[in-house]
Amino acid sequence: MTRSRRGSLSRPNYAAGFGALLWLCVVGLPIYVMLGATVQTRPDYSANGAFAFPKHFTLSNYADDFSSGFGQYFLNTAIVTASVVAIVLLLVPPLAFAIVRNRGVATSRVFRLFLLGLAIPAQAVIVPMFYVISKVGLYDNLIGVILPTAAFCMPICALILTGVMRDITGELFEAMAIDGATTRRVFFELVVPLSRSGLATIVVFAALQAWNGFLFPLVLTQSENTKVLTLGLYNFQTQYGIDIPGLLAAVVLSTLPVLLVYLFARRALVQGLMGVGGK
Amino acid sequence: MTETTEVPPLTVVSAAGGGGAGRRTAKSRAGGGGSRTARPGLGWALPAVLFFGLFAIVPLVLVAVLSFARWNGLGAPEFAGFDNWVTLFHDPVMIKSLWLSVLLTVLGAAVQTPLSLLLGVWAAGPQRNRAVLAAIFFVPLLLSATAVSVLWRALLDPNFGVPAQAKWLFGDGNLLGSRTGAIGVLVLVGAWQFTPLHTLIYQGATKAIPQVLYQAAAIDGAGTLRQFFHITLPQLRNSILTSVILMIVGGLTTFDTVLILTQGGPGTDTTISAFYMYQKAFKGFDFGAGAAIALLLVVVATVISLIVVRISGYDKMAGTQEGL
Repeated sequence: MTRSRRGSLSRPNYAAGFGALLWLCVVGLPIYVMLGATVQTRPDYSANGAFAFPKHFTLSNYADDFSSGFGQYFLNTAIVTASVVAIVLLLVPPLAFAIVRNRGVATSRVFRLFLLGLAIPAQAVIVPMFYVISKVGLYDNLIGVILPTAAFCMPICALILTGVMRDITGELFEAMAIDGATTRRVFFELVVPLSRSGLATIVVFAALQAWNGFLFPLVLTQSENTKVLTLGLYNFQTQYGIDIPGLLAAVVLSTLPVLLVYLFARRALVQGLMGVGGK
Repeated sequence: MTETTEVPPLTVVSAAGGGGAGRRTAKSRAGGGGSRTARPGLGWALPAVLFFGLFAIVPLVLVAVLSFARWNGLGAPEFAGFDNWVTLFHDPVMIKSLWLSVLLTVLGAAVQTPLSLLLGVWAAGPQRNRAVLAAIFFVPLLLSATAVSVLWRALLDPNFGVPAQAKWLFGDGNLLGSRTGAIGVLVLVGAWQFTPLHTLIYQGATKAIPQVLYQAAAIDGAGTLRQFFHITLPQLRNSILTSVILMIVGGLTTFDTVLILTQGGPGTDTTISAFYMYQKAFKGFDFGAGAAIALLLVVVATVISLIVVRISGYDKMAGTQEGL
């Protein structure tokens, strides 16, 4: 490694550095205002304005949010997220395994079907989804949110995982075959351990999709005890939009778990977020 | 069945693959130990296919069916021929919503592409401080679209938000009350939210550019700017394409931000197609019209995604290396 990556310059690039700092302000200021507002009482916030540094630190906004239903929303979102991740983990690895290792025409058709699925935006099917979910009696039921959410994660997860599984060298499969391993053993003892990074990526991706999902819950649920966090936020906004500290505390609460994952498992999270873009 | 017999010589092509539709190539991979090679049959893919078919493909077929039907959300849909379509194409709000979708998408891409390209190339540098800053730049992406919209709505509140603190800049501070202001806010919020994602794409791609190119250019006496324009940009061509297409698909399906920030207003000045569909179906109980708009969206998104797949080469059965 030479002194600088570009190999030509050892002068720091002031213009670029300045630009980056400018963007830091664009990103940072809203976050600063948000955090500042949540730790002040409402009268304090109104009196001091958005940019003032909080004088009297309080966590009452968070406590109020929790007592006004956010605990329930949290639980619902957690249930949806865990279920979606479970479904994806159960269905996608065998699918990717078949796509990569099966030489049939049928499987390449299956792969194309999932590629087509990449193109379907959730908005496009929300009307018939409402129809189907109502018909099978799952309207206003968390299961009715979980199933479509999981289905819509699948194409990208299948792509990520097939990409990882294709990188497993053929010799390993041959060695297993010589040992007389069954398909199932090959899957559990070779493919799954070697695609661990891909599995982590799809878990994170599916979890984020489920955690941040808004459209399916908005259309497919209505009552208080099936509300998820995003919906709770939206409702809070329409009903008490004037209570900015309380509202922003709810925003922070809804993001907290994701932030924690970001702190401790940054790489997995970034890959999960990149999804297909990370190619 | 796992009885261990004598391992046959590798040239022998053994019988039947692992149960199912696996066609065996002439030079089969060694099938030793009994009569099984470990090739999964179609059965492995079946559960996922059925699940996905039921919750994604079936609704897609239904959306086409419903777009030719009258349905108010209760009772049974009834056949209506081309009524929905005719009404839609004579609906000034619909035509306007298509234009608005395109406008917002183009503006979003025009703002985000140069920003994320420069930030991404910058963040790919080796210095430690760049990595730290890049980690901070990333935070908006962690918030859900709902959270981002709620946050900005609070920030832009004319009485209690930022405009109240900077009257010299915002006038009366009611940004969302005017057409230009509302469109500007949507573009700004979209950029704030999604620039990090595209920055990441460019950062990863820039890191993958072979150092040799830069060293050669440096020996030839090319400065930073020339290196950027003659090496970095051409090398990033595919990433730019991928990123722009993601922006287009994302832009066309923007929904949360419009619902929370503007409700399609003022008037119908930010009623983009995806939001209009929601309004028609779930507020106006005209599910047939909603389905027709949705189908239009699908067609556009499909065409674009096919282009994505072509470009990224995902449909070729080749190994991919993680680009991070």
